Amino acid sequence: MTKLLYFSWVRERIGVAGEERDIPSTVSTVEQFLNWLSQQGEQYENALADAASLRVALDQTHVTADAPLNGAREIAIFPPMSGG
Amino acid sequence: MSDRTIKIAIQQEPFDTQAETDLLTRQSGNVGALVSFSGICRADDTLSALELEHYPGMAEAQIRKIADDACAKWPILGALVIHRVGKIPVGETIVLVAVTSAHRHAAFDGASFIMDFLKSRAPFWKKEHLAEGGRGDWIDAKESDEAALSRWDQAAHSSHRS
Repeated sequence: MTKLLYFSWVRERIGVAGEERDIPSTVSTVEQFLNWLSQQGEQYENALADAASLRVALDQTHVTADAPLNGAREIAIFPPMSGG
Repeated sequence: MSDRTIKIAIQQEPFDTQAETDLLTRQSGNVGALVSFSGICRADDTLSALELEHYPGMAEAQIRKIADDACAKWPILGALVIHRVGKIPVGETIVLVAVTSAHRHAAFDGASFIMDFLKSRAPFWKKEHLAEGGRGDWIDAKESDEAALSRWDQAAHSSHRS
């Protein structure tokens, strides 16, 4: 099981702050993961439709779409950051 | 350099900027310069407050990494970052970045560097609370914030000469 975390409007559109999921072994990159997750229901499709405006962290480290999942235990999805 | 002070805090409660920067100065050894930046919740026609959300764990780790990077680039004695989360009314401080050093350039550049990277690399998000009640939109990240990072590519080299 992989821990998934959602923040900001990604969290609001999916409707939960986080969940545990079994990710299929055929899903090996961040891009493939986002494609797979967007097929898990209408709210996921809606939240993840604009991939260019999403950022992903694997085990709390920023990664790009072509990064391998490498068995990450925690995957977070969020929009570009706007703190400060 | 082993006595360098780095403090990172993420908290809901307001804080006393003067007390925090005084403490940093006292803890920083032979200080000749202190630069502090306060980011404040700015009023506009429709806004009453901002709601700050963060990614616990990653937010602290990212800010610490950014502060460590600044300490590797400039001769910094102390660095302090306090970032508030939750609902922050107009006029209150959202973030404080303070840096101490022997001479002014390292403190100015270090504080500016930390703030620039915090904006685009630390996982925080802002949502508007509207004056007439109800919640507004999430505030988009600015492209200019991302662009601001590129000016640091050569900055450390020129700073060491000054």
